[in-house]
Amino acid sequence: MTGILLIAEHDGSRINPSTAKCVSCAGEIPGAEIHIVVFAEDGAALAQEAARITGVAKVIQVDNTANAHPVAAILAPQVVAIADGYSHIFGPSTTFGKDLMPRIAALLGVNQVSDIMSVLGSHNFTRPIYAGNAIVTVETPADLPVVATIRTASYATALSGGEATIEALAVDADLPEHTRFLELRSGKSDRPDLQTATRVVSGGRALGSSENFEIIYKLADALGAAVGASRAAVDAGYVANDMQVGQTGKIIAPELYIAIGISGAIQHLTGIKDAGTIVAINKDGDAPIFEVADIGLVGDLFNIVPEFEAAICKS
Amino acid sequence: MVEKILVGLKRVVDYNVRVRVRSDGSGVETDGVKMSINPFDEIALEEALRIRDAGNASEIIAISIGSSDAQQQLRTGLAMGADRAILVETTDATDPLTIARILLQIIKKEEPDLVLLGKQAIDDDNSQIGQMLAALWGRPQATFASEIVFDGDKAKVTREVDAGLESIEVDLPAVVTTDLRLNEPRYVKLPDIMKAKKKPLQQIPLADLGVEASAAIRETAFAAPDERQKGILVEDVQGLVTALQDKGLL
Repeated sequence: MTGILLIAEHDGSRINPSTAKCVSCAGEIPGAEIHIVVFAEDGAALAQEAARITGVAKVIQVDNTANAHPVAAILAPQVVAIADGYSHIFGPSTTFGKDLMPRIAALLGVNQVSDIMSVLGSHNFTRPIYAGNAIVTVETPADLPVVATIRTASYATALSGGEATIEALAVDADLPEHTRFLELRSGKSDRPDLQTATRVVSGGRALGSSENFEIIYKLADALGAAVGASRAAVDAGYVANDMQVGQTGKIIAPELYIAIGISGAIQHLTGIKDAGTIVAINKDGDAPIFEVADIGLVGDLFNIVPEFEAAICKS
Repeated sequence: MVEKILVGLKRVVDYNVRVRVRSDGSGVETDGVKMSINPFDEIALEEALRIRDAGNASEIIAISIGSSDAQQQLRTGLAMGADRAILVETTDATDPLTIARILLQIIKKEEPDLVLLGKQAIDDDNSQIGQMLAALWGRPQATFASEIVFDGDKAKVTREVDAGLESIEVDLPAVVTTDLRLNEPRYVKLPDIMKAKKKPLQQIPLADLGVEASAAIRETAFAAPDERQKGILVEDVQGLVTALQDKGLL
């Protein structure tokens, strides 16, 4: 048996869609039996949600008040305590997984594979390096557990409809007290989640101000889309950091991506290369974004975007 | 207040270089390519300098691990304002776990109160060293930091996470990895480059540290990514709407 342990990401009330994407990746490992572990304060509902992901054999529910918030230094020793017998330990390449998985790998004394984008065998994977300018094939030592993060944009969400067994487990691990969660300031929005939305509208530096960004929100709402931004727009303070798309922000794969006033630096393009259709609206016809756009429109975004929004509302 | 800050500086292909895979797939072309300090590490050093200049630290040590060429990046770090530098010299490719073990050996000697590292290197894009080091050291990690505030023997760190901004409190010593918006690194001035030549740069052969080598992940092949095809240009909004309708997207 090839036992795969997935660390569930959640916000205390819902399982993050990245978890079901990791299941899709894990399912490509030959002979895989997939277990998901849910660390929470009270994880009963979360465990049930995880158990419904198709392809999952077992969900391990580890309730502990120390698990109320995802603190890597607290979670890692608990993962290590239950790691025995698993050949693979996976997490998503979200900030949650990137924070946690290397800590687990180091405690287990192994190296980690970051951002798996395809599975070639139980110990052979591909991953992007140099902001996606090169794809490297890697082989992990056959006699050691594989600890990895999964590039969620490379995988579809595993379907719901499974009926995995749920096992509540008390984990005996020495939990540190040197790291304390204080608060999470979240830009709460009724719009779709940027990382999982099928449609995304992004704005760049050319918007010029946070007030001007309003036209991006309006267009997004007309399309039922999530809103993203280039690094330049975030650095300029037009929008919050959690909206950044690119090498150091979010890597996304929507069906439709509309880049408005974004020139298309390589670091931004690496975040959208798996999008289905890319639309670019930019006044500079030589902008690199047009090299990758499926549909390009050269012109003044302040004229085009309101007109586009009106046309969508009419159709 | 901290006494000593250790800052990691990795020598990487410059941010502005468009890296290409060698035609035989044996690696990426790095011959004759401009090399620089990893941009996130530069942010880490800048933060250390600001902490010291605000009177909250007394000494900044810059460290790099690699070939003697990395002296260039350490000299740049010294010119930016680091007090001294350490180069752990090795010509072997070093994997992240081994790097973390090497840093731990240096930490045992230097006993810093704070270790500042970039959140990822822009060559391998791994984003692992800080977390691994914190695990081996048995100390807190605060990754993807956009703000650090000291309070006695504790630090409050704001982290850029997918859901927004998370604040955590860590006991010192701790490992903090830096995100883009922590600060904007200073430019190096010519007189500082001259001064930096006189600052101490200690070279330690890797073999002297007695670090256990870990089982590395082998890189067996390199390929260029699939390129997206250039699409069509439309004339106006009506053309855009029609093109999207043709694709079934509107």
